[in-house]
Amino acid sequence: MPASLRILLVESDPERAERVREALAEAGESDVVVFSGRRVLARDVAETMPDIVLVDIAHPSRDVLEELAQATRPMDRPVAMFVDRSDPATTRAAIEAGVSAYVVDGLRADRIRPILDAAVARFHLFQRVRSELAATKAALEERKVIDRAKGLVMKARGVSEEEAYALIRKTAMDQGKRVADVAQALVTAADLLR
Amino acid sequence: MTRDIALGYVPLVDAAPLIIADALGFAEEQGLRLVLHRAANWSMLRDMLDQGQVAAAQMLSVMLVARALGLGGGDVRLETPLVLSLGGQVVGVSSAVADGLDQLGHGFGFCDAADAAQAVAALGRPLRFGVPFAHSMHALLLGDWMKGLTEGLADLRTVAPPLMPEALAEGELDAFCVGEPWGSQAVVTARARLLLPGTSIHPASPEKVLALRAGWCEAEADLTGRLVRALSRAGEWLALPGNATTAAEVVTRPGRVDVAAERVERSLLGRIVTDDRGTEHVVAGFQTFGPSRLMRPTPEQAGWIAARLAFRFGLPRGWAESAAAGVFRADLYDRFLRPVAA
Repeated sequence: MPASLRILLVESDPERAERVREALAEAGESDVVVFSGRRVLARDVAETMPDIVLVDIAHPSRDVLEELAQATRPMDRPVAMFVDRSDPATTRAAIEAGVSAYVVDGLRADRIRPILDAAVARFHLFQRVRSELAATKAALEERKVIDRAKGLVMKARGVSEEEAYALIRKTAMDQGKRVADVAQALVTAADLLR
Repeated sequence: MTRDIALGYVPLVDAAPLIIADALGFAEEQGLRLVLHRAANWSMLRDMLDQGQVAAAQMLSVMLVARALGLGGGDVRLETPLVLSLGGQVVGVSSAVADGLDQLGHGFGFCDAADAAQAVAALGRPLRFGVPFAHSMHALLLGDWMKGLTEGLADLRTVAPPLMPEALAEGELDAFCVGEPWGSQAVVTARARLLLPGTSIHPASPEKVLALRAGWCEAEADLTGRLVRALSRAGEWLALPGNATTAAEVVTRPGRVDVAAERVERSLLGRIVTDDRGTEHVVAGFQTFGPSRLMRPTPEQAGWIAARLAFRFGLPRGWAESAAAGVFRADLYDRFLRPVAA
């Protein structure tokens, strides 16, 4: 088993950083330094002396890492970090998942790959959990609004709950809108007129 | 038949042609529906274009030439059929440096590049300049501006434009060259003072271009033609001063460029507030989106950029100029815009 690589993880979301760190530990990589600031400076990277830098592709300071990786002439690379493009399929998967890797020159692709695979998998999982959470929250909010709108229609027109809902749904269909949007408009209007 | 096309952009004032073409129907007129993808930084935008997540992007003109010279990540060749904007940059200094320049009697006239360079040189100490990207017009303009001064007076560092004000306030930077609205933002939030508009260093520097992967245009000639015409007309519309207020409102809609509309309007009109007392300077041609004849990409522009990159990165100049020659494709501009140009 080769010595553990030093990994610098640049990620401003502490929760996601922690999840990725766990995944890396499971892959046998324990030497992980997390940088959670928004503004990365050259010296932050220099002090860590990483073999690999993993960064959220949308990180505000990613262009700084890019500069560090290419500060020198293309022919000689004393800085010795470069954007990992050793394996097009892995690179593509990484970019789609939202993570990018910079590696020291000469690091073998078979050492990089499991690390990147672990990070990519965790980025995907984290994104999905987050999307699900947001969707659930939005659905709950919408249901509350629809319930209020139903109440308003029942009271104003003296109809049953089913009839009130049918009326809202018909209006939404006629206008090519979502039920939740019609309900929201009704609630907003009722609040204004109160 | 209406066709969809995915475009990448970075939220700056000069993303305006893409946003306007989408919102005000210039794309629709050409039978296009633009699907705009916002990128958080230039590396991300480049990856999106390289990997085909977007078909085209609003990109720093210098990035395309740097790519042709083998500088920077990625190996897909890029080219442009259309310049999207000229100028739009500002050079500014921290309040501490501004005080030093005040004491030396500098007038902050916001117009004379040579005079400002002399004043900065008279400070007698090197300044750390923030630029948005290593391969950017901002870095090249600073190089030209500081030329003739003692060697080593400017140290360039990459800082993301939205983080420029805090880097300045926390003493990581002494000065910057950045595109609007971020220079004005530094004035408001970090008490920076603006020294020069980019146009005082180079009157018509090609700042952003429409970047395509080489070969895409030949494979999708009809689509490219529609896109180039839509963006060109949006640029012509943007160039009319009477449209600035509307343009600023549209460009700053939520999810696009998230700054106050007034900042964008000032940039479009060249009415730049240069200090926190509200001193306003009016700069003719501060940022140019049209008329279309000014937006033709020429081999001379690519050569100008290549020569400066060659100087900065120690590459042979003649080789660099010829390697860059095919990146700015006047032939594509002529093919798509000449027959219909008024």
